[in-house]
Order: sequence, then C-alpha cells, then structure tokens
Amino acid sequence: MEAIRLATINQTLQDSKTKHFTFANPPEELPLESGEKLGPITLAYETYGELNAQKSNTILLLHGLSGDAHAGGANGWWESLIGPGKGLDTDKYFVICSNIIGGCRGSTGPSSINPKTCKPYGIDFPLISIGDMVNAQARLIDHLGIEKLLSVIGGSMGGMQVLQWMVSYPERIRSAIPIATTLRHTPQQIAFNEVGRQAIMADPDWKKGHYYGSTVPAKGLAVARMIGHITYMSDVSMAEKFGRRFKEDKEPFKFGAEFEVEGYLHYRGDNFVKRFDANSYLYITKAIDYFNLLNGKNLASIFSGLKAKVLVIFFKSDWLYPSYQSQEIVKACKLAGVDTTYCEINSTYGHDAFLLEAEQQSQLIKHFLNTASNGHNGVKQ
Amino acid sequence: MKRATIKTEHKIILDWISKDASVLDLGCGDGELLALLINERQVHAQGIELSDTAIHRCVAQGLSVFQQDIDTGLSEYADNSFDYVILNQTLQQVKKPDFALKEALRVGKKVIVGFPNFVQASARFQIFFEGRVPVTKALPYEWYDTPNLHFLGIADFKNYCKKRSIHIADSAFIRKNRKIKLFPNLFAEIGLFLLSS
Repeated sequence: MEAIRLATINQTLQDSKTKHFTFANPPEELPLESGEKLGPITLAYETYGELNAQKSNTILLLHGLSGDAHAGGANGWWESLIGPGKGLDTDKYFVICSNIIGGCRGSTGPSSINPKTCKPYGIDFPLISIGDMVNAQARLIDHLGIEKLLSVIGGSMGGMQVLQWMVSYPERIRSAIPIATTLRHTPQQIAFNEVGRQAIMADPDWKKGHYYGSTVPAKGLAVARMIGHITYMSDVSMAEKFGRRFKEDKEPFKFGAEFEVEGYLHYRGDNFVKRFDANSYLYITKAIDYFNLLNGKNLASIFSGLKAKVLVIFFKSDWLYPSYQSQEIVKACKLAGVDTTYCEINSTYGHDAFLLEAEQQSQLIKHFLNTASNGHNGVKQ
Repeated sequence: MKRATIKTEHKIILDWISKDASVLDLGCGDGELLALLINERQVHAQGIELSDTAIHRCVAQGLSVFQQDIDTGLSEYADNSFDYVILNQTLQQVKKPDFALKEALRVGKKVIVGFPNFVQASARFQIFFEGRVPVTKALPYEWYDTPNLHFLGIADFKNYCKKRSIHIADSAFIRKNRKIKLFPNLFAEIGLFLLSS
C-alpha cells in the first residue's frame, strides 16, 4: 500500500514536470558527513526558464522542511514568486528547484528501496546533514553543466542550505539570499522538533520505522505537523485567522475539535500525512537540529573569503527564527567583509511569511538579482 | 541623475571624498547620496537605515544596505574599516549622538557630519519675537512630530569637537542651497564638517 502511495506521489510530481537525476552508483557512493556512504542517489528537481548561452543566469532555489521540487507553476510553493516578470523572472533567469536527500518527494530517502536488501531503508537509512543535502545538489549542478550559480535562494531550512552553499562552495555562487533562517539551531528550535519526533515514535504504527507495506504512523506524523504549524504562525495571524470562533460541524464528543483553530490544525495534520513520510520527517528534522555553521569556529571566520553578494531577509513576526539570528548572519558577513544587504519585512504571518509575503519579497529579490547579475556593486546611470 | 540637480550639501560631500574610497553612510535614507558617490566617485558603499520604505528604495537602486538602528552601534566593524563614515542629517536624530560620533570616528578614518543649524537667524527670530519653537525650511517639523531629538548650532558643534579633541579638517556652511562664509552660526541653515580623530 505504502509503496503504491509513494509511487502515486512520484507520478503526480512527474506529471508536473519534475525531473530526476540519479548518481553515486556503487562503488562511487556519496560520502556523508556522518562517515557513512549513500548510493545510488536520486534527486528530484524542477526547472523554470531557459539557461542562457553563457550559462550565467542560473538560480538554485531550495525549499523548507516539508517542501519539494515543485516550486513554480500551479500549486508550487513559491508560485507567486516564479514566472515571467516576477521576483524570479523566468524571462531572464534559469531557476532550478532541488529537492533534498532524506526526503520523500521523489528523492532518495528512508522510504526508498535499499539496494542491499531490496526493501525500503526505514531507519537503516544513514543520518544526513544539511551539508550532505548541499553536496548532492552540487552534483546536480555539475550534471546540468553549470559551473557558477548567479544566486542560491531559500527560506527556513532552504536558508540553511543557502548558508551551507556559502561555506561549502563559495567559489560557485555569485550571490546568495538566505531568508528567515539561522546559522545554527537553538535549544528552543530543537525542542519543538523533538516533540514532533516523539509524537511519531510514540505512534504504535511507527514500528521502529519499519512500517512500509502496512499502516503508516498517521496520528504521530499529524501531531508533529500540528506542532510545526503552531510555530510557523504568529499570535496575531492566528487571532486574525481563527479568533475564538467555533467550528460549524462540532463533533459529538467532549474533546473533539470545537474551535476553528483546532479544526485547522487537524486538517493540516491529516493532509500532511497524505504527502509526507514519517521517517523522512525524523531524518530531516535531525539534519536541521544538527545544523551549526559555527561549530566552534568564530563568527568572523565562517564566511571569510566569500566574494558573493548577500541579501538577508527577516520577517518581523517570525518568532521561531527571531531577528537576532538573521542579524547574526549579517554580523558574520560584515566581519568577513562580504557585500551584504539586510532587510526586515513587516508581516504578521510569522515564520510562514517567507511563503506568503510575495509582494515585498518579490521586489527586494528582483532588484537584488538585477544588481547581482549586472556584476557591479552599486548604481548605474 | 543629472549633475544640475545635485544639492549643494551633496556637492560639498562629493568634493571631500576621494575616488574608490570605502564609505559607510549612517542613516542613508533612500540612498540618494550613496548613489551619487558611487556614480561620481566609484566608492565602495555601505548604508545603514532603519526605515522600511527607505531600505526598499535603496535596494531598488542596487545599494548594499543594512536595516538597523545606528544606536545599537557599529561594534562588528574593526577600527578604521572605512575611509569615510557619513552622518548626514542623522546626528540630531540618534539617541546618543556622542556615542554615535565616537563609534563613527573609530570605524572611519574620516567622518563627515551634516546637521541643521538650530540657532540660525529665522529660528532665533521665531523664538524671540513670536515666542514659538521654530519651524523653518531647514527645520520643517512641528514639535509634536519631529525626528530630531537634539538641537545644536554650528558653534555648539565646534565647541564639542574642541572638548573631545576632534580635529576639524574642513567645514562648509549652506544657506538657501548656496555656500556661505560669513557668520555661519547666525546665517547657515546647514553645517557640514569633515572630521578626523
């Protein structure tokens, strides 16, 4: 059943022009930061716009925890920012949105078949890091014949990948736009993720990760998603969206969902289960929690030598990734002498603003990319 | 941007800044001065500004800017990180001008300060004869809606520099968009100073 469900997901994505690149075939597996190896690896990606003759107009777009390669076009997670004349103008730029290893949206992850056992990996899948995700993406960029990216852009976990690109492949990027993100996960952020993981693992259907082919841990994954959603919104956005209003169809049970906010969280949780794999949620949240670009290094050294221009964007109601974390990124850039711009966008949406605030974000990104692609620092007459 | 439209205060600042210099503009507004410096002097420019709309206009012009409060300091910058630090129409608006100027002099080899002269003749006239807090062309704000927190004149600033042993390398005074030399403390609407520590 599960295999069929995942196959259906992959088929749907293929229909919306998701492409797949397979590499790291044994014995050429990809070495992971954990010391383990992974291969073969399939990476799902989508592209929008055309690569120019000089191969100088490529933008690599990276998604957050629950996102996938389908960023542009109908129902794409950044649909409002990708297209002709939009922030990521497909008349000018060649946009690649890459999925991540460890995921379940067309790329190799715990629900993929382990070639050694011919069964899904489950929790035999090796632990992966943001660095590993980025290394796999670099292989995709090689495969597409692109030496240098005009820009690498992403929000939340996508922003962490952007920061990792700045550290791992500084010579391969001309600019970078980390949005609503951090240099390292804090105890509070780790704590929220841990509650999500515990909810999954407490679900009897989880069966130590080997549930493929039987009932999936739907309850656990739905609760994990509900917790996540609370952290992505703000007090104001929840009050505006739900108030204390009651649902129209109250359940005939004392502790059924009565308030609209409860109904919404249930709906979000249940929907998520239809498109996401619980083990992937465990692996990806771990990768986020382990993310720490500082890791004993001093702030001044992490971006030293970086020639790329950087635009850091923060949303004023984002309490999950507070402003001091964006300012720390800016500080690290300043100390390294990196050409940097920092903007705080007014929004009440909370962390989710990076997916929802299209207008201002679009303008900032459009102008910044214009400057970056003209290859000069400053104003033209 | 045509040369004819350049404000006199910007023209003076332009004359003080050398080609290819590095410039930090504290309170850069919509980036008019920075854009001018890049075009005319090919400077390496960085702006700091708090206002949302101003920041967006800066980015639209291709400027590198930080949305940040100057009062929180420039602690990340090493001593003498910039050839010039500019505080044009900013000093009178920050909470701690003394601290801001000290920091500017630390991170900049030279500092350019421009401010409205609060004791200029028409302001004095309004206070003395009308008995009202002045509202003039250089000081267009009503008392209840002004970004200006500190009120100083040309003489006050010169005294301050003397007290703090700040060297004034050059100065210029403007009235009605023209440079003036005579009795600046009485007549100038704007004072501009080129400082070094």
